[in-house]
Amino acid sequence: MSTSKVQIALVLPDLLGTYGDFGNAVVLEKRMTWRGISAEIVNIRFGEPVPESCDIYVVGGGEDTAQTLAVRHLREHPGMQRAAARGAVILGVCAGIQIFGESFTRADQVTHPGLGLIDSTSHAGGSRAIGEVIATPADGLFEGLLTGFENHQGRTVLGPSARPLAHVKVGTGNDGSVEGAVQGRILCTYLHGPVLPRNPQIADLLIEWATGTKPGPLDLPDVTRLRTERAKAAGVPLS
Amino acid sequence: MSSKLSQKMGLGAGGMIGGRVALKLDPQALAHLTSGRSVALVTGTNGKTTSTMMLSRAVSALGEVATNHGGANMPDGHVTALSKQPDAPYAVLEVDEGYFPEVVRAASPAVAVLLNLSRDQLDRVGEVRTIEKSLRTALASVTGVVVANCDDIMVTSAARDSANVVWVATGTGWHNDAASCPRCGDPIRWEGEHWHCTGCDLARPRPQWVTGDGYLVTPNGVKVELSLRLPGKFNQANAVMATAAAVALGVPVEEAVQRLRAVSNVAGRYRTIQRSGHRARLLLSKNPAGWSETLTVVREADHPAVLVINAHEADGRDLSWLWDVPFERLRGRQVIASGERATDLAVRLTYAEVEHTIVPDPLLAIDAMPPGPVEVIANYTAFRDLNARAAQ
Repeated sequence: MSTSKVQIALVLPDLLGTYGDFGNAVVLEKRMTWRGISAEIVNIRFGEPVPESCDIYVVGGGEDTAQTLAVRHLREHPGMQRAAARGAVILGVCAGIQIFGESFTRADQVTHPGLGLIDSTSHAGGSRAIGEVIATPADGLFEGLLTGFENHQGRTVLGPSARPLAHVKVGTGNDGSVEGAVQGRILCTYLHGPVLPRNPQIADLLIEWATGTKPGPLDLPDVTRLRTERAKAAGVPLS
Repeated sequence: MSSKLSQKMGLGAGGMIGGRVALKLDPQALAHLTSGRSVALVTGTNGKTTSTMMLSRAVSALGEVATNHGGANMPDGHVTALSKQPDAPYAVLEVDEGYFPEVVRAASPAVAVLLNLSRDQLDRVGEVRTIEKSLRTALASVTGVVVANCDDIMVTSAARDSANVVWVATGTGWHNDAASCPRCGDPIRWEGEHWHCTGCDLARPRPQWVTGDGYLVTPNGVKVELSLRLPGKFNQANAVMATAAAVALGVPVEEAVQRLRAVSNVAGRYRTIQRSGHRARLLLSKNPAGWSETLTVVREADHPAVLVINAHEADGRDLSWLWDVPFERLRGRQVIASGERATDLAVRLTYAEVEHTIVPDPLLAIDAMPPGPVEVIANYTAFRDLNARAAQ
């Protein structure tokens, strides 16, 4: 950690905050604070430089135009990419997974270069994937099921350096088979909900990466109840 | 021939056949039913139903008004409403943002009112920038007057290309969807109430009408007290937009304000129900901007709050937006999470550090509160169902 306080950078919430993904930063902050780990959220807005000193970077979903603008901004101010090079933790959601890759191709067939943080390419799928998603962990990365809500047209193909986060049981994810991507300490997913309130085990995995220590248990009955409800609604019992 | 048939069918529709059937029989039914009337259309993300009711009350100073009370704001609802009052020379119609271009083409409005634009039901309505572009094209074709909120960047961009715009400073706008210019993408900069794009010439136009705290200022600089019965800043904004639209149709300012002032309950919203020793005020909020405004209204007193959340198609099935609502403002208050998706809300409240319990049935949630006043805030289908049950 660069400072005694864990700094969570909320990257361009005014461009990539369309789907409540701000909640991911809140969950990280609270889950640390409640366990006595000092943490704070740093808002990095459109037009402002991106610091490279933060410990965790959270990037949310956004519309096509916003996505292009975000890439432009993050290229002009490459603080997050520099942080990634030294091993900072990064969570990319939806647009995040697309702009972190080598390239993304829109429905208009124009290909835009990505930030090259993960080995992947994205392109527009035939139909928009909308609805509840249930997926099982890949390579024992985390425990329990991954649950969330997807709403995206993009489809993502991973290269050999990136591995999937999970295997899709219900929903579409990257391609109907796998969901998300993990490369080093960068974790990407198509899932909103937002993803961390619905998947505290992923939040704690990111906290473990950032602090070097596996955080202790934190019992939040409403969260357990929500996970059970959503899995049941998707027709998959939460085991 | 088909037009004759549709007139017969459409005008005869009333309660017999619905607007949907009339439109099936004649796709031009809306054009025929609006032809010869002076039409005002009201659209935007929030405040449509309230503003439509205010405007229809104000316009009734000029003559009979056909209007779609109660939020049936798609073309079949318009056809039904117009068929019920075939002789009304005026029509004031609430229009869903997605159907606005189609309704503009059919109705050739004398006045089009654009209140505000923000994120709402992303899985159904689509992204706000897409909506802005389609409204921009539709409004550019309006030959009548466009009444638009210049404190909303998206609205300004959508209305600016129209020939005849009346700008209203409402003092309200949801800025979280407009950090970048809808025209060129560059950052928007705010200086007090003024805003401008740093990359192109999009900037806040000079308003003709201005909303103050409890009053409005007319284009001639005359200050008029609003004294509304409906609470909150956003209803003042709705009232000034409605007044500007009514004046564009020929209603004198004082008369317009006097008439819309009487609105106290809009399709059950804002009304208070008596139940098991409780006085429960029913408030509808559908999206982050609406919830944010409503949480400001309930802040005026420290009453216990029942929050009711559903996620049917009409609500939007994705509840991610709950995280865009500043529920932190309810800290220290007695709160019950209710509705079919009470648990999603409960998780949001947990992380907002708002103490709460879960009671999925909203009527039982009201009963579970200590006797006295209770604020009940519900989203669309939750409100509709609660309102219907409370009326029984």
